[in-house]
Order: sequence, then C-alpha cells, then structure tokens
Amino acid sequence: MDEKPGRIVLSEEQKRSRRARSIAIAIALGALVILFYVVTLVKGPAVLNRPL
Amino acid sequence: MPDLPLLRAESMSPMGEGAQFAASSAASAVCGPSVASVGDYMALMKPRVMSLVVFTALVSVMIAPGHVHPVIGFTALLCIAVGAGAAGALNMWYDADIDALMSRTSSRPIPRGRIAAGEALAFGIVLAAFAVGVLGVLVNWLAAALLAFTIFFYVAVYTAWLKRSTPHNIVIGGAAGSLPPVIGWAAVTGGISVEPCLLFLIIFFWTPPHFWALSLVRTEDYARARIPMLPVVAGAEETRRQIMRYSMVLVPIGAAPWLLGYAQALYGLTAVVAGTLMVMFAWRVRRNRHGACAARAAHHLFGFSILYLFVLFAVLLIDARVGG
Repeated sequence: MDEKPGRIVLSEEQKRSRRARSIAIAIALGALVILFYVVTLVKGPAVLNRPL
Repeated sequence: MPDLPLLRAESMSPMGEGAQFAASSAASAVCGPSVASVGDYMALMKPRVMSLVVFTALVSVMIAPGHVHPVIGFTALLCIAVGAGAAGALNMWYDADIDALMSRTSSRPIPRGRIAAGEALAFGIVLAAFAVGVLGVLVNWLAAALLAFTIFFYVAVYTAWLKRSTPHNIVIGGAAGSLPPVIGWAAVTGGISVEPCLLFLIIFFWTPPHFWALSLVRTEDYARARIPMLPVVAGAEETRRQIMRYSMVLVPIGAAPWLLGYAQALYGLTAVVAGTLMVMFAWRVRRNRHGACAARAAHHLFGFSILYLFVLFAVLLIDARVGG
C-alpha cells in the first residue's frame, strides 16, 4: 500500500458531493463576473458615481 | 388539542445555548470531509421564506417612482434574495439545538448531520458580505445599509435574543421580514418615503397572525424546544385573542395605501375584501377551540395569510401598472 498514514481518503459520495459543490461555486463566481461586466456596460464610465 | 401547562418566558433557554450547541455540533456531528450536497446548502437558505421576500421586494422595485435599468433592478433583487438566504443560514446555525427538537425543523441540514454548524456559519457570513457589498457597489449604499441591518436584526435581535426570551419574539422580529420592500424602494429611488413604510407596516402586522396560527398547531413542538411562543407562555386562548386583534388591525393597515391616495380603487377593494376574509378566518380560529376543528381552523388561517399577502402585493403591482 502506498497510502500515507493519516491521509484522508474520500468515499465516492464525498467525491461526488465535493465535485457538485465545486461546480456550483464555479457557476456562482462566473455569474458574478458576468453581472459585474454587464453592470459596467449599463452604467458606463459612471459605474462608480452612485448616490451614497 | 389539549393546552399544555404554561411555561414562563424566563425559564426558557437562555441566550447563547444555540451558539454553544452549534460549536459543539461542528466538532462532533459532522466529522471529516463534508458530504453536503448543493441542495443541502440551498435548504440552508430557506428558499420558501426567500421567495416571499423576493416577491415583496420585486413589487416595491416595480412600483417605486423613477426609472431603474432592468439589470440594476435584477441585481438589487438578487442581493436581497442572497441576503435573505444568508440570514436563513445564520439562523439555522444558531438554532441548530432547538431545530433538532422540533418535528417541523428536525430535517434541516444541520440537525440531520448533512452540514456542520461551522460550515453553515461560514456560508452565511460569506453570503451576507457578498450580498451587502455587491448591493452597495452596484446599486446604492442606502439599500446596502438597510440589507445589512435586516440581516443583523434577524440574526442577532430576533434569532439570538428575542426568540428564546419573550413571547413577543415574532412581533418585534417581524420587522426583519418587513424590510425587503423598503430595501427595494431604496434601491430604485435612493431614499425612503411613506409608500414603502406602508408596505413595511402591512407585513409587520401580518406576521403575528400568520406565525401564531402555525404555533397553535405546533405548540407541543415549541414547548419541547422551550421556545416561549405565545401559545406556550400565555395559552391558546390568549393567542386566539391576539390573532383576532392583529387581524382586525391589519384590515385598515392593508387598505392604507389606497386610503392615503397611493393606490387606486382596485387595490382598495382587494385590500378590504382580503382583509375581511382574514378576519373571518381569524374568527373561525377564535370560535373553534378544541380538537380537529381547532387545528383545521388554524391551518386554514395560516394558508390564507400567505395568499393574503401574495394577492395584496400582486394587486398593488397591477394597480400601479394600470393606474400608471
């Protein structure tokens, strides 16, 4: 066996859950990038000129 | 339904037990790598509560004077939704101990062992920070400050303090659920005026009869978790009286946007009819005090109260669009 002592081995369910969570985080971050891009286009150069 | 022996509010769980449980369960309940699915995290955000929050905020955004670009309006609603989800996650983190004791909430992700309390806490904090930050940067800082206050009020004032210490918990705590229309209005106009305050009052006075109708049929649950809900502390009879009072106050409050000239006759008629029906359902709760009839009347009031709020806001939107 080449397993190092104390190393955590994920079960299939844990791997599936981690992959699903990673994809969800990637989608959320991608959506946030698109949102900021679109809002920048909508607001134009005045994107930071907003009412306080 | 038999009345339970009344408990004194002072004897209920002291503040801090929830957080202590949360900390201990983080260490013991979910050990090792997480098996939490995306659905578990979605459940943590209380999607049903979120949908009502988004709907009331949407109506406010749509009827507010002035023009807002659809992308900015969408961003505001997204942030309000995520902020509501963050508050829900932080609520579940703190209340994990009592959630485990009640049948209605025992299947939530933390008591079920799907998500560690620490994960829920981190998730809630990150979402809250993102929602407030993005709303401030992309929309305006008044709306962001109101959203931050709403999350703080729901988590710190309602969840951590009022819920376990007073039977007025949902009366005062209802302010958190009443603020989304004000946030939506502020997102569009950059300010606050009488109209969003009226929407705030409608939800504020709607909350007690809505939740007390539910607590009447869940009294044993709340008593087991030692939460001083009104039926547990003051009894079912006093709760029925209070439901009746708040429902009667709700009729003029619901019609106020029309009475004060902010809405047209269509809304006024709907508010009066829906308010009268709400009082009738409350009266049925007041009259049917025992057995299956009592539970059925409370269930009907709970169900109708959701329809009441939905119809009132939907007609307000239609009224504003038609009336121009």
